Amino acid sequence: MIAAHLLSFSIWLPIFGALVVLAVGSDKNPAPARVLALLVALAGFLVTLPLYAGFDVAKSSMQFVEAAPWIQNYNISYLLGVDGISVLFILLNSFITIVVILAGWRVIEKRVAQYMAAFLIMSGLMNGIFASLDAMLFYVFFEASLIPMYIIIGAWGGPNRVYAAFKFFLYTLAGSLLMLIALLYLFLQSGGSFNILVWHALPLPLNAQILLFLAFLVAFAVKVPMWPVHTWLPDAHVEAPTGGSVVLASIMLKLGAYGFIRFSLPIAPDASHALSGMMIALSLIAVVYIGFVALVQTDMKKLIAYSSIAHMGFVTLGFFIFNQIGMEGALVQMISHGFVAGAMFLCVGVMYDRMHSRMIADYGGVVNTMPKFAAFFVLFAMANAGLPATSGFVGEFMVVLGAVKFNFWTGFFAATTLILGAAYTLWMVKRVVFGAVANDHVAQLTDINGREFLFLGVMALCVLGMGLYPFPFTDVMHASVDHLLKHVAAGKL
Amino acid sequence: MDMHSLYLVVPLAPLAGALLAGLFGKTIGRSGAHWVTILGVAVAFAASLAIFQDVQAGHSYNGSVYTWLESGGLKLEVGFLIDPLTTVMMLVVSFVSLMVHIYTIGYMAEDPGYQRFFSYISLFTFSMLMLVMANNFVQLFFGWEAVGLVSYLLIGFWYTRPTAIHANLKAFLVNRVGDFGFLLGIGLIAAYCGSLDYVQVFAKGPQLASMSIELFAGAPWMLVSVICICLFIGAMGKSAQFPLHVWLPDSMEGPTPISALIHAATMVTAGIFMVSRMSPLFELSEAALSFVLVIGAITALFMGFLGMIQNDIKRVVAYSTLSQLGYMTVALGASAYSVAIFHLMTHAFFKALLFLAAGSVIIGCHHNQDIRYMGGLKKHMPVTWLTSLVGSLALIGFPFFAGFYSKDSIIEAVALSHTPGAGFAYFAVIAGVFVTAFYSFRMYFLVFHGEERYDQVPHDPAHHDQHHDAHHVQAPHESPLVVWLPLVLLAIPSLVIGYLCIKPMLYGDYFAAAIVVGPEHHALAHMKEEFHSSFLMALHGFSQLPFILAISGVALAWLFYLKRPDLPASIKKTFQPIYTLLDNKYYFDKFNEWFFAGGARLLGRGLWKAGDQVLIDGVLVNGSAKLVGWVSALVRLYQSGQIYRYAFSMIIGVFVLLTLWMHRV
Repeated sequence: MIAAHLLSFSIWLPIFGALVVLAVGSDKNPAPARVLALLVALAGFLVTLPLYAGFDVAKSSMQFVEAAPWIQNYNISYLLGVDGISVLFILLNSFITIVVILAGWRVIEKRVAQYMAAFLIMSGLMNGIFASLDAMLFYVFFEASLIPMYIIIGAWGGPNRVYAAFKFFLYTLAGSLLMLIALLYLFLQSGGSFNILVWHALPLPLNAQILLFLAFLVAFAVKVPMWPVHTWLPDAHVEAPTGGSVVLASIMLKLGAYGFIRFSLPIAPDASHALSGMMIALSLIAVVYIGFVALVQTDMKKLIAYSSIAHMGFVTLGFFIFNQIGMEGALVQMISHGFVAGAMFLCVGVMYDRMHSRMIADYGGVVNTMPKFAAFFVLFAMANAGLPATSGFVGEFMVVLGAVKFNFWTGFFAATTLILGAAYTLWMVKRVVFGAVANDHVAQLTDINGREFLFLGVMALCVLGMGLYPFPFTDVMHASVDHLLKHVAAGKL
Repeated sequence: MDMHSLYLVVPLAPLAGALLAGLFGKTIGRSGAHWVTILGVAVAFAASLAIFQDVQAGHSYNGSVYTWLESGGLKLEVGFLIDPLTTVMMLVVSFVSLMVHIYTIGYMAEDPGYQRFFSYISLFTFSMLMLVMANNFVQLFFGWEAVGLVSYLLIGFWYTRPTAIHANLKAFLVNRVGDFGFLLGIGLIAAYCGSLDYVQVFAKGPQLASMSIELFAGAPWMLVSVICICLFIGAMGKSAQFPLHVWLPDSMEGPTPISALIHAATMVTAGIFMVSRMSPLFELSEAALSFVLVIGAITALFMGFLGMIQNDIKRVVAYSTLSQLGYMTVALGASAYSVAIFHLMTHAFFKALLFLAAGSVIIGCHHNQDIRYMGGLKKHMPVTWLTSLVGSLALIGFPFFAGFYSKDSIIEAVALSHTPGAGFAYFAVIAGVFVTAFYSFRMYFLVFHGEERYDQVPHDPAHHDQHHDAHHVQAPHESPLVVWLPLVLLAIPSLVIGYLCIKPMLYGDYFAAAIVVGPEHHALAHMKEEFHSSFLMALHGFSQLPFILAISGVALAWLFYLKRPDLPASIKKTFQPIYTLLDNKYYFDKFNEWFFAGGARLLGRGLWKAGDQVLIDGVLVNGSAKLVGWVSALVRLYQSGQIYRYAFSMIIGVFVLLTLWMHRV
């Protein structure tokens, strides 16, 4: 039974597991909830492994398809399936969930079961987003996934969480409504279907495509986030607990980019071409403008948040230069950013747990008291700066190659990340990690414990493994990316 | 063991040593760490020797180890190209690295970061070997960045010092500026050749030469020139060429063994190696060669000037390295790639020797680095003195010493070159001979001869190479065996390697398969006709201009620092503006600090405050929130609950609708 419903299991196993965790959990004895949550997360990751192992890399069509009627009056169905693009994100998401559970192990002392359950539910919902082939199902998962994140920021977040949540809400509201209108329009145009694959083949005139593209753009650009709708992210990160930041950076930011791949490009290919100049410009602004802004941040989480925006600029750039190496590079960058940004936030979390400060100025000379931690932090910082042999290099390198192929100056501005990324990341490392012990708080720091070593070590292996041998990642996506690019090139006119 | 496995052993043995010493340093202890890393590098050196002989027997190799990535028709592999050029580099890197490993046992004996240091230098050796053995641009770039990373870690090895962690950040960022160009060059190659494999790219060279690229509308440039200049910008960063040279002097903040290994003998020559490797492309572009030539000439001469006024023993050698790298770059620009590699090799030996000797002097003088407070060390440190003399003579190009053969060949090649800028370059390298001789022997005389001034050293912890700064007044002493043995082993090649190798490397066909020189660049062919033997060349050298200039430089140094020590001060006074200019290193650091570092921070702050906070958050986000509040406040007025207002509104509405209905067409 499992084999035929792998995608369903990847969605519902964490969600139902979460309900059990909630039932088991008690404030007096949080241990069972922790252990159970970890087991659920591990099981959730295990059921996704056959998705990769059994994936036929030669096929560009959807695999592991599950179909069942849902709301028949409106022709809405429970239609799941993955291609070479989405399968990677389901794996990444299920993997990151384990790390997040581990990261919140001892740090969260209040309402442990609720905390763990929120992350498990979010993990299931996000798998649902990546697996949905029915637009309404997608929309439900897409909107529902915000709820646990609101709760995580709201319940375990920092002092200014109301403003952050409000900002987040304001941004996403406009986008979601426009997307809903676009979905309804497509439902009517396609003669009553919510099947995304049907929409891919639906002929549409250029101005309809452009309106659809813009409606989707608002929804997805906020999620990515693209300049200039990015300002919610630094605030959300600052207020979120460590686990929330990790999921936000590693997975949630990918939802917008995934939306471009699943909706904007295939449904409105001609509009994508027509508006690619604007998309490239916005992407390059994200790389350069945000790179400078990141440089002057005084809060580590804000700095990494801005760095995320710049790195996501590479993703959208890779999508809209319409060549294979660029698009695959963008996808590789999405996965790599999941590891690297996730690890960076984990590192800040490790320090925050000890010092209760995210401000760079409160640190200095951490390496003296936390040498093991410093080694990890420098490694992840180097990955963030795109050093070869780390995953951070692969995607950036591919997108730069694609961009130079597209146009020299596009490549030129994209490649500035080599300097800017190194500047903002390593300047922070210099002020936080290196130097003499800056104050008494730093002097009293204790190095990472076994649990912290475990999750940082696992992330380090991922970062290095993907950097040294990215072949398996791109091998899976070739057929799907090739199919998508051909579809976009052929157009609908 | 077949040769293929041996190729793998060369980089992997130092990597294994690095991992063991780095990850299990506590378990294996200090001696465990140095044994395991020395073993790894020794294995790499032995394997390199075996491969060298195999290549001599005519067995070159080009093949892949595994496919790293495949995308968009581009197959990127990790693989090796083993040819004469590679093997020279492999031997130089593994030999100098082995010497430095041994030396480190003595030099770092008291340092708490002993295991970490050995791990880093072995990791460096691995990275450098991957760089030189690459058969494609991706692996080259991997090695390129990896040596940069280790350099970063080692410059900042003493991470509690503010100057060290400033220097390593600076080094990394300046190198990244170079890498920026390098990456664009690689991107252009990938775009136009559809491959990043050396052999396939070189095969496409002639096609590239006929293409043009319009970077600015209406001004088409030769594509191959753009590619080569982009690649060379990478070399300018790594090989510290003007104006990206600023990081190298500051890199002296690192421990002396790595100054020898990384910032003199190997890593900084990666750019020279890379351009030689790319000779099939550079030969196609006169513009790029001319650019290379001029940049090299500026570096060779103007960095030499700076060496004349330094008082820190390591900084003198550092500026000398900059200047010598300029010489190599000049040779590249003159299409004399084999001469550049030849000088790279001789320089690796004598400059590593000079650095390690400087380190020995620093230990001997109890961590004083200021040459004004040395003097007369000759009798206290006989081995260091003698080997330093050998190194200095090699550096100034004294006939029969290694540096003579390589440097004279560069001068001759430039004299015969017709590449635009060759006239200026010739002036620069010939004037540079005098400058080199002066600063080298200024240092030599101040350190080893004259009156003993080691007891006059003022207390200034900033100039110390290590933390411990006790016992200043104790007399200098010779360094232990592990320190002076590498000096002797490096002094031997500094003496003889030029004599032995000039014929096969420059005038034989040793590099014929690896380096391409266009028929229009015939300097080396001319030189071959004039060359009879190493012995005669050296004899002839005694009557040539470079020798006269070198001897004048030595004589002037002798006059200033031994005979009339009062002269330098009065000259300094007379030429105060020039001295100030040199003392401030032509104001490059100040300019970069102000313009680039300060400018970037200013721009970032401006974009953040004005863009993100005022415009986007202030006007768009919070503004729309305010708009909603304002509109709802307005709407609220109409929900007064008073019937007459509703009725009035309805009447108005009906009136408007009726009017519209009646005026419909």
